[in-house]
Amino acid sequence: MLDIERIRTDFPILTRKVNGHPLVYFDNAATSQTPKQVIDCIVEYYQNYNANIHRGVHSLSQEATEAYEDARIALQKFFNAGKKEEIIFTAGTTHGINLVANGFASEIKEGDEVLVSALEHHSNIVPWQMLCEKTGAKLQVIPMTEEGELDMNGFQTLLSNKTKLVFVNHVSNALGTINPIKEIIEKAHKVGAAVLVDGAQAAPHIQADVQALDVDFYVVSAHKMYGPTGVGMLYGKEKWLNKLPPYQGGGEMIEEVTFEKTTYAGLPHKFEAGTPNICGGIAFGCAINYLLDLGMDKIAEYEDELLQYATKELLEIDGLKIYGTSKKKTAVISFNIKDLHPYDIGTIVDKLGIAVRTGHHCAQPIMDFYKIPGTIRASFSFYNTKKEIDTFLNAVKRAKIMLS
Amino acid sequence: MSNIKQIQEEIVDEFSMFDDWMQRYEYMIELGKSLPLIEDQYKTEDKLIKGCQSKVWVNAEMEDDKVVFTADSDAIITKGIIAILIRVFSNQPPQAILDADTEFIDEIGLKEHLSPTRANGLVSMIKQLKMYALAYETKAN
Repeated sequence: MLDIERIRTDFPILTRKVNGHPLVYFDNAATSQTPKQVIDCIVEYYQNYNANIHRGVHSLSQEATEAYEDARIALQKFFNAGKKEEIIFTAGTTHGINLVANGFASEIKEGDEVLVSALEHHSNIVPWQMLCEKTGAKLQVIPMTEEGELDMNGFQTLLSNKTKLVFVNHVSNALGTINPIKEIIEKAHKVGAAVLVDGAQAAPHIQADVQALDVDFYVVSAHKMYGPTGVGMLYGKEKWLNKLPPYQGGGEMIEEVTFEKTTYAGLPHKFEAGTPNICGGIAFGCAINYLLDLGMDKIAEYEDELLQYATKELLEIDGLKIYGTSKKKTAVISFNIKDLHPYDIGTIVDKLGIAVRTGHHCAQPIMDFYKIPGTIRASFSFYNTKKEIDTFLNAVKRAKIMLS
Repeated sequence: MSNIKQIQEEIVDEFSMFDDWMQRYEYMIELGKSLPLIEDQYKTEDKLIKGCQSKVWVNAEMEDDKVVFTADSDAIITKGIIAILIRVFSNQPPQAILDADTEFIDEIGLKEHLSPTRANGLVSMIKQLKMYALAYETKAN
């Protein structure tokens, strides 16, 4: 059992007040809060060993390089990658997706097909549209069901030997649905297609094993995993990373440069041009260790308890509808109240100190599917409590009275 | 007919009666409900300002040298603020609309709704009101 009261003391921000009320932070799917262990790690870096990495012979540079590479190993272990060279530091999930999409421009051609799921975040739609525009490949959409799940029969129908790539998120950011990625990967591989899984929403809740999944690419962001913003990870199978061209040119990613020709550095440096977010990478590793110390199974179990409780209590509110009713969900609840606009409810609960997301959650195709302008999305973390959910329920009820 | 400055002062006066945000919001919600709706024929794509959070429709017409605005939103709080803005800007000569500012919104404690990061369409709406005024002013000259 997690000691939630103790865990809450790790997060300084949770003691602050917003609009005169104690903060209730239910926007964890947008960004998670940072424990003091990670904050300390950032301070420690700048106070003690701030230096550029991989190049300097001096001691500070050595220390920074070691800490950065240790973070890479922490990520490798967390996701069970076969080699540390398969872990590329990025600026975040969107960067990782663009890196792969850009690389695939030389791998696909007109007439090929690219499958993307209907449950995607815009960041996992737009780069592929751009890729298709550039190459003449066709973008196909894996349909979704009323429950907010992927229509697996529809997926099967779309697969063919023309399919070269499949992109799907592990967990939908707007609805919280956990997608059957293992099955998707198996089926895609049968027709010879590569699969990129956007793990941004899943990673703080579910520990993906990239080898067991046999996934080709898996991308995440540190800031949704209790780490800092501006840093993320791309896992790629070694054979793919060797095959894809570099994304950006610059320092760090070269072996030898003359004006006639440059030879690129090996993995992972080939994809890490320029001075990276060194402190961010190190702090990311620290956040990973924080999660492992708590235990991913315990986190998932407790968050599910919060999800079940909040779902049950919210459904007691007259006229409330939850979007995304899959049995397999992370702790995300997207909902609306009949005749009320999500923006209005979001505005009033904010006045009561509660942070939730309102709007289309950068997933307009899902909102179009349900024919709604947006939803209110409450997303929970292990530092949230049932008492906070009660506060939220009261705030929603108050908003409903005010707005009706 | 009062000028823009006088109307703004009236509104600031009215809001000073409220003790807390709840009362202010309840009043705004009431205003939102009483807003003369834009006629359906004007609720078209070209009159629509798409905010990330809420939608706003605005229409303008010239009547006796004054610009008359009608507007609507799908969110009631946004609509309440529109009602306040319409009260200030509608039925005014184009030049007065162009010269006016919206600082009174800060004074009545609703500043956050006019923040560009709020993405509710209101900032674009004010720009749109001024664009209409500018168009009519240019036409008149």
